[in-house]
Amino acid sequence: MARNKEALVLVLDVGPTMHAILPQIEKVCSMLIEKKLIYSKSDEVGVVLFGTEATENELTKEVGGYEHITVLRHIKVVDGDLLQALQNLPRESVDGDFLDAIVVGMDMLIKKFGPTNKGKKRLCLITNALHPIKDPYEGTKEDQVSTIASQMMAQGMKMDCVIARLTQNMEANKRIMEENDLLLRVFSNKSSTKTVYVESPTKLLGALRTRNISPVTIYRGDLELSPKLNIKVWVYKKTSEEKFPTLKRYSNKAPPTDKFATHEVKVDYEYKSIEDPTRVVPPEQRIKGYRYGPQVVPISSAELEAVKFKPDKSVKLLGFANASNIMRHYYMKDVNIFIAEPGNAKAILAVSALARAMKEMMKVAIVRCVWRQGQGNVVVGVLTPNVSDNENIPDSFCFNVLPFAEDVREFQFPSFSNLPSSMQPNQQQQEAADRLVRMLDLALLGKEEILQPDFTPNPILERFYRYLELKSKDKDAAVPPLDETLKKITEPDPEILFQNKSVIEDFRRCFELKENPKLKKSTRRLLKEKPSGSDDEREALGNGSDAQPMDAIEYPSKIKTEKIGDANPVQDFEAMMSRRDSPEWVSKAIQYMKDKVFELVENSCEGDSYQKALECLTALRKGCILEQEPKQFNDFILHLYKFCQQKDLKSFCEYLASHGITLISKTEAADSEVTEDEAKTFIVKSEQGF
Amino acid sequence: MREKKNLQDLNGVYVFNVAEREDLDRPTARLIKEFECIEEKFDNDIGSKYGILSGSRDNSLYSALWVAQALLRKGSAKTADKRMLLLTNEDDPFGSIKGITKMDMMRTTLQRAKDAQDLGISIELLPLSRRNDEFNVSLFYAELLGLEGDELTQFQALAGERLKDMKEQLRKRIFKKRKIRRIKFIIANGMSIDVDTYALIRPTNPGTITWLDSVTNLPIKSDRSFICTDTGALLQEPAQRFQSYKSEDVMLSVDELSEIKRIASGHLRLLGFKPLSCLKDYHNLRPSTFIFPSDEEVIGSTCIFVALHRSMLQLNRFALAFGGSSNNPHLVALVAQNEIISGGGQVEPPGMHMIYLPYSDDIRHVEEVHADANTIAPRATDDQTKTASALVRRIDLKDFSVCQFSNPALQRHYAVLQALALDEDEMPEIKDETLPDQEGMARPGIVKLLEEFKLSVFGENYEDNDLTIGGTMTEASRKRKAIADNATKEYSKYDWLELADTGKLKDLTMAELKYYLTANNLSVTGAKAALISRILTHMGK
Repeated sequence: MARNKEALVLVLDVGPTMHAILPQIEKVCSMLIEKKLIYSKSDEVGVVLFGTEATENELTKEVGGYEHITVLRHIKVVDGDLLQALQNLPRESVDGDFLDAIVVGMDMLIKKFGPTNKGKKRLCLITNALHPIKDPYEGTKEDQVSTIASQMMAQGMKMDCVIARLTQNMEANKRIMEENDLLLRVFSNKSSTKTVYVESPTKLLGALRTRNISPVTIYRGDLELSPKLNIKVWVYKKTSEEKFPTLKRYSNKAPPTDKFATHEVKVDYEYKSIEDPTRVVPPEQRIKGYRYGPQVVPISSAELEAVKFKPDKSVKLLGFANASNIMRHYYMKDVNIFIAEPGNAKAILAVSALARAMKEMMKVAIVRCVWRQGQGNVVVGVLTPNVSDNENIPDSFCFNVLPFAEDVREFQFPSFSNLPSSMQPNQQQQEAADRLVRMLDLALLGKEEILQPDFTPNPILERFYRYLELKSKDKDAAVPPLDETLKKITEPDPEILFQNKSVIEDFRRCFELKENPKLKKSTRRLLKEKPSGSDDEREALGNGSDAQPMDAIEYPSKIKTEKIGDANPVQDFEAMMSRRDSPEWVSKAIQYMKDKVFELVENSCEGDSYQKALECLTALRKGCILEQEPKQFNDFILHLYKFCQQKDLKSFCEYLASHGITLISKTEAADSEVTEDEAKTFIVKSEQGF
Repeated sequence: MREKKNLQDLNGVYVFNVAEREDLDRPTARLIKEFECIEEKFDNDIGSKYGILSGSRDNSLYSALWVAQALLRKGSAKTADKRMLLLTNEDDPFGSIKGITKMDMMRTTLQRAKDAQDLGISIELLPLSRRNDEFNVSLFYAELLGLEGDELTQFQALAGERLKDMKEQLRKRIFKKRKIRRIKFIIANGMSIDVDTYALIRPTNPGTITWLDSVTNLPIKSDRSFICTDTGALLQEPAQRFQSYKSEDVMLSVDELSEIKRIASGHLRLLGFKPLSCLKDYHNLRPSTFIFPSDEEVIGSTCIFVALHRSMLQLNRFALAFGGSSNNPHLVALVAQNEIISGGGQVEPPGMHMIYLPYSDDIRHVEEVHADANTIAPRATDDQTKTASALVRRIDLKDFSVCQFSNPALQRHYAVLQALALDEDEMPEIKDETLPDQEGMARPGIVKLLEEFKLSVFGENYEDNDLTIGGTMTEASRKRKAIADNATKEYSKYDWLELADTGKLKDLTMAELKYYLTANNLSVTGAKAALISRILTHMGK
C-alpha cells in the first residue's frame, strides 16, 4: 500500500433519533470523499449503517446476531458511486447498537487487510449514542468494550467517534447516555480513539478531519538549555493554513476529437532589457539588484551566498520571561509544536518538568532557532507550556515566532483617556456595553464552546468542494448560496441574537451613530456601483483620501433583494435599484421606499424613527436623481408634508428642514420642473404655510 | 566659517554635497562615503569659527535655517515629510552678544523658525553633550521649538537619549503611519462603526529585488506568455480553470471561483464574545492586524469602540468576528489591548488586535501521532518540577521585550549591501544579538541549578541520553542501526584503497559499495557510478 494510503470504514447511525442531523452527516461524509477523490484517489472506503430495518452483513451469516446492521458498501477504492450513496443515506426506523456496528466495521477491515497496514486503518463512528447496547453473553459491557478496544490496538486500527447530540433530542434517557459515555471512554483509554461531542450542526462539519496529512518534522535535535544540558526534541507544524486549491489554466485549442489532450497551459517567461525590448536576456544571465538609495547594487547569488549570514543548526534557550511580557498579537506566523523525542523517557520527563514549572510560574521560554543547516536566518520565538490532560500524551511546548526590532512599526495613536468627552462612553453606555459583552457569550458554562477553531470548517473550502461535485454532474450549475450551517460561521447565529434581543436593542438605543454631514462620502459610496456618469466626478473628489473604503454593500450577488425590510431599508433599496434583470425594479423600489418612509413617520413615537426615515429619504432622493425620476420624489415629499401637517407630525417637517432635505431641482435632474431657488425655499414656504 | 557655499550666498553656511547629486536628494552611496570623512575636510576646506560673535552682523543660525528651508521647498508638503534636524552643542547661540543686536537676532531667528514650521517643516533638536554642563533647552531653543510646560520638562529628561535613539534607529527602516484600509465593523443588525486597520507587525524583508542583466547591469523586465501544451499555440490568459476530479476535468471559470470565495461583505461582523482562555497559543496563522476607530465618516464610532474595548478588558474577553479581507475572509479574534506607556513613550497603542484563527483542518494533532494508548506518558514528579522552577526563576530575562533583538540576517544583508555600494574592501562584522548569553549561563549559580536539574531528571548517566531506552526505539531507527552495524562489520573485509587504485570498485555490487558509504556516513542514494565517484571523492582521489 502506498505510504499515505488509508483504509476507512464509516460507521453511521441512521436510526430515527438521527434523522434530524443526517443532512449534515451526508455533507460531512461527502466532503471527506470529495477531498479523497482529489488528493488521495487510491484510498479505500467502506460504509456500515446501523439502525436499519434490514440486516445485511457477513458476521450475521457467519455467527448470527448483529441485526439491523447493513453494509452499504464494502471496502473499495473511492469513486463517484460512493459519493452518491453517501449523499442519499436512508432514514431508518430502528434504534441501533453502535458496539455491534463497530465490530462489523472491524471485521471488514480484518478480513480485507489482516494484521497488515498498521496505523493506516481507521474506523469512523457517527452516532448520538442514546440507545443502550445489548448485554453481552458473558461478562459486563465494560469487559466487552475492553476486549474490542485491545483487539483494535492489536490490529493497528484507529477510531474517530463523533457523538452528535443536538440540543433538541436531549430528552433521552440520562442513565443510558451516561453508560454509553463511560463505554466510549474505555475506547479512548485503551485504544487510539478520539471522541468528539457535538451539539451543533456547524461543529459536526468540522468534527471529522477530512484532511489526511502525515506530519513531517522540521527539526530533530537538541533543545540547548546550556552547552552542557540538552534535551532531545522533535519539532512539527501545529497549524498550517489549508490553501484554496490552485486550479490549472484550461486551453480549448486542442481539437475536440483529441482524446489525449491535456488542455494544459504552459506559462513561459521571457526576460527583456527595458531599454531595448528586442533584446532577450537568457534567465541564467540575470542577476539580482538591491536598491541602495537611488542606486541599484547588483549582487550575484554566489556572492551573496559567500557573505550571507550562516548560523549553525541549533535550538538554543535564551532565557525565561514573564508570560505577560509577550502579548498575544506578537505571534507572527503559523504555530509549531516541540515534543520530546518519542520513546526517550528522560527527554519526556525534562520537557514535562519545564512545562509544568513554567505553567505554574506563568513564565515562557525565549528560544533562538535555526531549523536546518544552511538556513540563512535565525528565528526567535517563544515556547509556551502545553501541559497535556490526556495521560497517554506527553507534555509539550507550543512555539510561536516573535518579531525582530525591524518588524515592529511604532505608530502612535491617541490615548483613549485623552479623547474629547463626546467620544467617551458615559456610565449608562458603558453599562450597556458591559451587558452586551457579557451576554453575547459564545462559551457559556456547561455548554459547548460555539465556533471553536478546532471544530469549525473552512466555509470557502466547503463551498468549493461541494460546487466542484455539483459541477462535475452539471457543467452549467451556478454557484449555490452559502449553506445555512456554514452561514453560522460568517454571520451571527439568529438564535443567539434572538435570545439577547433586549440587550442588543438596549445597546443600540444607548449610542447614537450618524454620518458626518461634512463628508457625505459613505452615502455616495453606496451608489458607487451604479453606472452614472454625472456622479463619478463628485465621487472622485470625495475619495481623495488614500484609504479606499471598501464597498459598503458588496452583498453576495446571489441574494437578490425583492423587498425592503426593516433591518436595512437603505441597503435593500440600493440593491433593488441596482438590479438589472428587469426595468420594473426601479419603480418597485421607489414605491416600496415611499411606503417605508410613510410607515416610519406614521409609527414614530416622539421622533424615535425620524433618523431612519431621514436616511431612507436621503437614499430615495439620491436614487431618484440617478434614475432621472425627480417627479416621483418631489411629488412624494409634497405629499408627505401635507400628511405630516394633517397628522400633527410637524416635528418631522422641522427635522427634515434642519437636515436640509430639499426638492430635486432642475440642475440635479433635467426632468425636474423645480428651479434651484424653488427647491431651496420650499421647506421654508411650506412651514410658513401653516 | 571661512568657506561659504550656498545658493543664497550667505555667510557661515555650508551645504555639503557630492557630485551627481542635487542639494536635496535621496542619499547616495557617495554622499555617505564622503560624509564619513567630513571631519578631515572640515578642518582643511570648510574651516570654522565659533558661534555668533559680537561685532559681526552675521547670524549663522538664522542663515542656516533659511538655507535649509529653501532646500526643503522642493516637493509638496502633502507627499513628503519634511524635517530639519538641528545638531548643536551650543545651548545659548546668542550668548556672546548683547543688547539690541541680540534681541533683534533672536526675534528674526525665531520668526524664521516659525515660518518654516508654518510651511509644514518640522524642526527637531538633537542637543549634543557638552563637557562641563548640561544642555539648557530653556535658554533659547524651547521657544524656537515651541515647547511649553510639561513638554519642556519631558524634552529635558529625554534630551540625552534622543541622540542615542537616533543612532539605534539608524539601521531600522522607518515606516510612515499609514492605514491599510477602512472597514465597517458590524456590531448588530443595522449598527456598524468605522474602524481603520493598520499593520503594526509585519516581517521586514531585505527590500525589493530589481532583476538586472549581468552583462550590462541594466534592469530587465519579464514577459509572460501562455502556450497551449497540446498545440503549442500562443494564448491570451484563459478565463477557464480546471480541476481533475473523478478522472475527468471539471471546468470552472475565474468568475465562478471568485464567487465561491465571496462569502462575506468584506466587513467585520461581530459574532459574539468568549473568555480569553478560549484563545489558545496555537490559534494563530499570520501576523495580527491592529484596528482603531475612526469618526471621520460615521460619528459615534469611537464612542462605541471605546465602550466595547473597556468592557472586553474588564471582563477578560475577546470578540469573535468574521471578515478581514474580501478575498480570504477568516474567523478572527479581536483582542483588546490597553495603552501602555513607558518612559514617556507609547509602547502599546490602545485598540484591538485582530488575530487570524485557524479552521479545524488547519490544525494538526501531532501530539497524538506519537501517543501510545497502552503506555502512560511519563510525567515530571513534583521534585523534578521544583528543580525546573528554580532554573526558570534563575535564568530570567528581566523586562524582556519582543523588539530587543534586531534580525541578524537582515543586518548582515544591509551591511553587505552598503559595503558593496561604497566599494569597501572589508565585509563588516555584525553582532548577532540573538545568541544566548554564554557568560551569564556560566555563572556558578546557574551552573549549579542546571546540574541539579540534570541530576533530578536524567539521573547519574546523562551522557547516555543519546541512546534511546531499550525497547522503546522505533522500528525504523532499529533497522537503521542494524544496517549500520552490519556495514561496519562488512566494511573491514575489503581493502578499499586497493580496489579503488586498481579500478575494481565497479566490479563490486551495489550492496557492497554501500558498506563503504554507510560506514563512512555518506549518502547511499544514486546510481552505481554516482556511488563509486562518491567513494573516490571521499578517499581524496
